[in-house]
Amino acid sequence: MKKFLRKYGLDFVAIPVGLFIFAAPFILIFLTASKNSKESFQFNFQLGEKFLLWKNIKTVLGTNDGVVIRAFINSTILTVVSVTLIVFVSSMAAFVFARRPGKLTTFANIMVLAGLVVPPAVVPTIWVLQRLHLFKTMQGLIFIEVAYSAAFSILIYKGFIASIPKEIDEAAAMDGCTGFALYRRIIFPLLMPVNVTIIVTTSVAIFNDFTNPLYFLPGNENATVQLTLFYFQSAYLTQYNLLFTDILLITIPPLIVFIIFNKKIVSGLTAGAVKG
Amino acid sequence: MTRWTLFDWHFVGFENFTQYFKEASLAIGFKNTLIYGVVTSGLKVVFGLALALLLTGRLRAKGFLRSVVYFPVLVSTIGVGFTFSILMDPNYGAINKAIVSFGKSIGWETYGPGWLVDPNLLPLFSVAFVDVWKGVGIATVLYMAGLASIPQEYYEALAVDGGGAWDKFRNITLPLVRPATAAVVILSFIGGLRSFDLIWAMTNGGPGFLSDVIASINYKQYQAGFYGLATAGNVILLFFVLAIIGPVYWFFNKKEKEA
Repeated sequence: MKKFLRKYGLDFVAIPVGLFIFAAPFILIFLTASKNSKESFQFNFQLGEKFLLWKNIKTVLGTNDGVVIRAFINSTILTVVSVTLIVFVSSMAAFVFARRPGKLTTFANIMVLAGLVVPPAVVPTIWVLQRLHLFKTMQGLIFIEVAYSAAFSILIYKGFIASIPKEIDEAAAMDGCTGFALYRRIIFPLLMPVNVTIIVTTSVAIFNDFTNPLYFLPGNENATVQLTLFYFQSAYLTQYNLLFTDILLITIPPLIVFIIFNKKIVSGLTAGAVKG
Repeated sequence: MTRWTLFDWHFVGFENFTQYFKEASLAIGFKNTLIYGVVTSGLKVVFGLALALLLTGRLRAKGFLRSVVYFPVLVSTIGVGFTFSILMDPNYGAINKAIVSFGKSIGWETYGPGWLVDPNLLPLFSVAFVDVWKGVGIATVLYMAGLASIPQEYYEALAVDGGGAWDKFRNITLPLVRPATAAVVILSFIGGLRSFDLIWAMTNGGPGFLSDVIASINYKQYQAGFYGLATAGNVILLFFVLAIIGPVYWFFNKKEKEA
C-alpha cells in the first residue's frame, strides 16, 4: 500500500486539481452554451432543462444575416494569408541576418528586437494605411499582422539557422547553388521543425487577435471572429447562452490545431526559444 | 505632437503630453500598468517553475497534464475574459457561491469579495490572476526546457554529498534555470505592460477608471476621437516599457555573465 501511494499518490492529487483549475472554465462554457437564455443567467455548473446547444448554434450563425459565418471566413483568410507570408518573409530575412554579418545586419537586428518591445502606435499607422488606401481593407490588416509577428518569427528562425552548419552552404555553393536557390532548396527544407512552431503559434495568435482588427478593420462587414463576441455582450441585454455558444465555436479551430500539433508545439518552441 | 483630425493638423508642441499627464485618471493608469506587469510576471515565474518541476517529476500523467496546462494559451483571450467575468460575478458567480456556502458551513456570514466590482485594487488583481491562468502554460514550457538542459550529474554529485531536496532546488535548479527565468520574466513583463484585451473584456477599465491601464486609456482616447492624445499615450507607453524592460534585461544579462 505504501509503495502504491508513493508511486501514484501525487497523481491522485495532481490530476483532479489540474482538471479543476484548468478545465472547469471550459466546462462552464459548454454548459452555458447549451441552456436557454433564462437559465444561462444562473451561471451555474448544471445542465439546463433541455439540451439546446444545436439550436443555439443555429441562432448564433443566423444573427445579423450570418455575421458570425462571415467573420469565420474573414478570420480564415486573414490567418492563412498572414501566416503564409510570415513563414516565407521571416525565414528569408532570418537567413540573411544569420549568414551575412555586417553593420547593416546589426542595425536591422536592433530594429527587429525593437519590434518585439515597442508597442504599436495606432494613429500614425492608420495615417500610413490611409495614404496607401489600405485602411479598413483586409490587405491592410494582413500587412499589419505580418509586420507585428515578424519580429518574433525572425528571432526564432535566426536561432535555428545559426545552428545549421555553414559547411552545408559552402558545399551547395561549390555545386553552383547560391542566392535564392540556396535558400529554397537547401535551407528552407531544413527549417521544417521551426516552420511548424511558427505556423502554430502565429496562426493561433492571429486568429485570436482582438486589438488589431478593432483598430484597423472596423465595421460590421469586415468583422473577425473575436469582434463578434461583442455582438452578444451589450450593456442592456447580454444573452449569455448565445455569447458562450459563440465562444465555444471560436474555440474549435485552436482546439483542432492543438490536437494535431500538441507534441510538436512544446518541442519546437523550446528548440528555438531558450537557446536563442 | 499635433492636434489631429485624421486629415489636417497643426502643431501644438508638447501640449498633448502635458494634457495627458494632467488628467488624474491617467496617473492611475501608470500605477495599474506597473502593478499588473509585476504581479503577472512574478506569478508566472512562481507557478511556471512549480508546474514545470511537477511535470518533469515522478508524475504518471505528465503528458496529459502538460496538455491541460498549455491549452488555455491557445484560447481566445476575449472568450476567457467573458468566462471568468461570470465565474467572478459577485452574486451569481460560481466562485462566490462556493465561498458563501463554505462560509455558511463554518458559521461565517459573508457575501464573498466583489472580484471585478470592488472599489479598490481587487479588480486589477482578478484580471491579473486570469492573465496568469491563461499564460502560465508558456512559462511552464520554457521552464521545462530549462530544466531539461541541466546536466543530471550535478544532482548525482549533490546526492553523494548528502544534500536534500531543498538543497537540490536552492543550489542547482534555481541558479541553472536562470536563462529560462530571464525569458519568462521579460516575455511576460512586455506582455503585461502592453496588455489590453483581457482588461477590456473583463472590466472595461472599470469600475470608474480603477482598473485602467495605459493601453486601455489610449483606446478610450482614440474611441473618443482624441487622436493626438491617443498617440501621445502610445509614445508614453513606449518609453514606459523601455524604461522598465531595459533595467530588467540588463540585470539578467549581467548575472548570466558572472555565472
